[in-house]
Order: sequence, then C-alpha cells, then structure tokens
Amino acid sequence: MNAPAAAAHAALAPAGLQLAGDFPILSRTVHGKRLVYLDNGATTQKPDAVIEAERNFYRDSNANIHRGVHWLSQHATDLYEDARKTVQRFINADKADEIVFTRGTTEAINLVAQSWGRTTLQPGDEILVTTLEHHSNIVPWQLLCEQTGAVLKVAPISDAGELELEAFEALLGPRTRLVAITHVSNALGTVNPVARLVEQAHAAGAIVLVDGAQAVAHQAVDVQALGCDFYAFSGHKLYGPTGIGALYGRFELLQAMPPWHGGGDMIRTVSFERSTYADAPQRFEAGTPNIAGVVGLAAAIDYVSGVGMANIAAYEHALLGHATAALQTVPGLRLIGTAADKAAILSFVIDGIHPHDLGTILDAEGVAIRAGHHCAMPLMTRFGIPGTARASLGIYNDEADIAALVAAIDKAQYMFGTRQTR
Amino acid sequence: MSTMDGNLRELYQEVIFDHNRKPRNFHDMPEADHQADGHNPLCGDQLTVFLRIEDGRIAEVSFVGHGCAISTASASLMTEAVKGKTVEEVEALFKDFHAMLTDTPPDRDFGKLAVLGGVREFPARVKCATLAWHTLHNALIGEHDPARTE
Repeated sequence: MNAPAAAAHAALAPAGLQLAGDFPILSRTVHGKRLVYLDNGATTQKPDAVIEAERNFYRDSNANIHRGVHWLSQHATDLYEDARKTVQRFINADKADEIVFTRGTTEAINLVAQSWGRTTLQPGDEILVTTLEHHSNIVPWQLLCEQTGAVLKVAPISDAGELELEAFEALLGPRTRLVAITHVSNALGTVNPVARLVEQAHAAGAIVLVDGAQAVAHQAVDVQALGCDFYAFSGHKLYGPTGIGALYGRFELLQAMPPWHGGGDMIRTVSFERSTYADAPQRFEAGTPNIAGVVGLAAAIDYVSGVGMANIAAYEHALLGHATAALQTVPGLRLIGTAADKAAILSFVIDGIHPHDLGTILDAEGVAIRAGHHCAMPLMTRFGIPGTARASLGIYNDEADIAALVAAIDKAQYMFGTRQTR
Repeated sequence: MSTMDGNLRELYQEVIFDHNRKPRNFHDMPEADHQADGHNPLCGDQLTVFLRIEDGRIAEVSFVGHGCAISTASASLMTEAVKGKTVEEVEALFKDFHAMLTDTPPDRDFGKLAVLGGVREFPARVKCATLAWHTLHNALIGEHDPARTE
C-alpha cells in the first residue's frame, strides 16, 4: 500500500460495535449536548448488566460470606467464589486461588510491595520500573525502598513513548529482585512487549509485576502466556464497579507471602499468644470484602467476554487508527506517544492552548476528556510538558464521537484565535 | 445560545486572551525583597511572584511561570491591580476577589479583575484563577513553602 492509500485506509471509519444502548448514562446530555465520553482511561461507564448485577445482589442475595451457616450466606459465598473463577478464566490463571480481590490496581500493587517486598528485599536490592509508569506503580516501590534500603531504577523510553529495550535489559542486574511494568501506558497508550520483558527479567533472576489497569479492557490477557508473576487490574476501567479489582499472583509466591492486613476472614486460628493464617487468597482478604463489587466485576467480565475481547481489540484498533488520522488533520496538534503498538489512547498538545483550557471548552460541547499529567508526572517531565489532553476510547465510542472531538477542538482554536478560518 | 455557551464567553473574555498572550509584568526581579513560588500539582501550573515593598506599599510586582489561560491572565491582571497598594489593601482585595469567585460577590469595584468573575460558573477552574493570589499572599507573609491550589 502506498502512503496516501494507507492514510485513506486509516481514515476510513470502522463500523461501531453498536453497544451504546447498553450503557444508560450515554443517553444523557451534558450542558444540553450529547455526552461524548472520551475519558475511559480514567474510568469506563457501566452497562445495564453490571448495574443490575449489583442491584440484584442487594435485592436477592445479600449476606456476609465464608461464615454463615444459613442458606443466604452460602449463596453469597458461592457468588463471590464463582466470581473468582470468572476472573481466573478471564486472565487465564492456572488456579482460582491465584486471584486475590482488592480495592483496585493500586491496592494490589501496595499489597505486593508490603507483603512480598518488605519480607524479601535487602538494602541494595533493586526494583526496576519504566518512565511510562503511573504514580501507583512508582510510589508503592518508593515507600518500599525507604523501608528496606532497596533502590529504584528506571528504564528510559524513546521520543515515540516506547520502552528502550536495550537500556531495559542493561538495567537488569544481579541485584534486580523485581521488575514492575505497565502493560499499557495510561498516558500514552504504549503497549509494552510484556512477554519478552518477563523472559529477560526471569533470566536475570527477578520476578515481574504487571500493572494491567489500562490493558484488560482493550485486549485479551493471558497471564500464563505473559509469564508474569503478578498482574494487577481494576474493575472500574473494565466497565465494572469502582472499589474492586484483582491481584493475580503465582500460587507459590502468594502462599509464601505473609499477610498484609490483619483481621477477620484471613485467619485460621487466633489466640492472644499466636494467630495462624489462612491460605492464599483468603490470607490477603481481611475483613468483609466488597461482595457486591465482586459480583459486579464478574458481570462486567461476562459482558466484555460476550462482546469478545478479540472483537474489542480489533474494533478499538480500527477506531484508534481513524481517530489518529482525524487528529493529525488538526493544525498545531502534536500527538504525544506514537508507539507502533498502541492501545486506545490519544494524548496530545495543541499550540497556544493549555490542556485545561481545552478541557473546559470541550466540556461545553459535551466532550469529556482528561487534561493534566495523568498521574504520570515523571513521564510528562520526560517530554518537557506540564501535561496533555487525553482522549481515551472505549467499546461504545464511534466515528461520531471522534467527529465531535475534532469539531470541539476546532471551536477551541477559533475561540483562542490560534486558527483564523473555520 | 445555550447557558453554557454564555458561561464560556463570560469565562474567556477578550481581556483574558489578551493577558494570556501578552502577560503584563512578566519578568523576574533580581532586586525583589519578597518572593514566593506557587504550584498547582494537578494542572502543572507553576509561577513565581516577585515584590519590592517600599513604606508598606507594593512599589514593584512581577511574575514568571507557565499555566493555563485563566491562571496566566489572572496573574497578569493581579500585578496590575496590586501595584501601588498597601499590603493591607492587597490582603483585603485578595479576600474580596476570592469571595467573588466562590461566594457572594462583595459590593466593590473590582476594576479589570471583574473579568475573572466568569470563573464562578466553573468550580474546577477557581484554583487556576487564585494560584497567583495565594502565591502573592505567601510572598507578603514570607512563607517559603510553595503556595498550592489543588
């Protein structure tokens, strides 16, 4: 294909998945305009199936789990443990016991840092992250370094926003104990070659935690194929509820890790002399968990599985190509993050218009985007910018949403006088 | 025209664009006797306010930094508004200005600062308009930690 033909191909709008009707919020207006929701990287909207699952749990099935002798408690326990199997199948873990429910990705990463990290790391040991990381995959390791005397190392990225693979490999050394990498960059959309990075890390004797917060909604994830030791994700970025997420950990690792939070549900026996702890994953689920959230998460996984992760990946790839081509026609717009392998995120800056001003003007048109540093300040520093505007796509977005985005940017440029003709 | 379009025009008046494109008193001041840094970590907005005070009055004021149009224009308009005022007058003006953006607007003539009144309808942007003022306040009281609005 020659270059103009390739551009024309990319500009062709893909047929939508026609899912907007499943998401009640998408029928509302904002400032009298149709809501064009392009902030899916922050959180996704919820389909009726998820909203109903949570509601029905409280209406029909609510009881505490793992302790009641009564029927309803057993029923709630079954729903909760079935959801664990749903998560296991979704990311192809070997066992359901390798799935720990957490409040989200952040808590999952902190769990590994505080349980595995505090009991394993020695002064001078190294943790390797990348410039792409979200603050939630930086700060827990910084806290751990302060506590243990371990050292944080950072693998650099290219101007396109891709991990520099040779530099990454060179940073793996005899003291590297853990590599913590994002699967998909929340700020740029870069997809890291996780399987290859895991292989190199393992060869160097390090274990690998993958931050999957931005990945699970966009592509099929197979933790065994990736080979990673831990994988963390959140429900709310996967069309599920807020406040629920999961940590996958290889069972031998989880089983060797001490508890993090103490309380009910995580013990075997308690006496004032000594308590003993439950096996993984219960060991890491102290207190009454977010049972309705777990049920909602399972409903979200069933929903996206029904659409098909392969269909979602193919559609979003086509929509991303269309949106990229559309934004490239905007004068003065520069995309930040142009990796060859990208998920559905478009980060950009526009000459003469600060991202926050752009966000306010787009909002007046009903177009919801994120403006700022996207909880990735070191990454913004790498590009020498205070922040970007970010449009992040989901399964309900279509070419009309991209057209609305481009039209709203045009209006902003007209208002700011950075563009004279319409 | 929808309410939102009207609000947007109130927010982004020509005076704001003018001060964003050509901020006044936009330079550093080696001879400053008071200065402070301001930072909004959520936006990345960052500025430094410089003052030279003579006999309790602001003889000279300037700023440097970067931010959105609202934050830059507000800093620029602030420098024009406070020059020649006593420290007490400036603190009183900050209090009234803040109230204009967040509460019942006090009955006073805000002069050119009135163009920032449109920020009232955009609660998420109040921090942009007040960052320079918080920083000025810190410069006046000799606070060394950066002023923050978030």
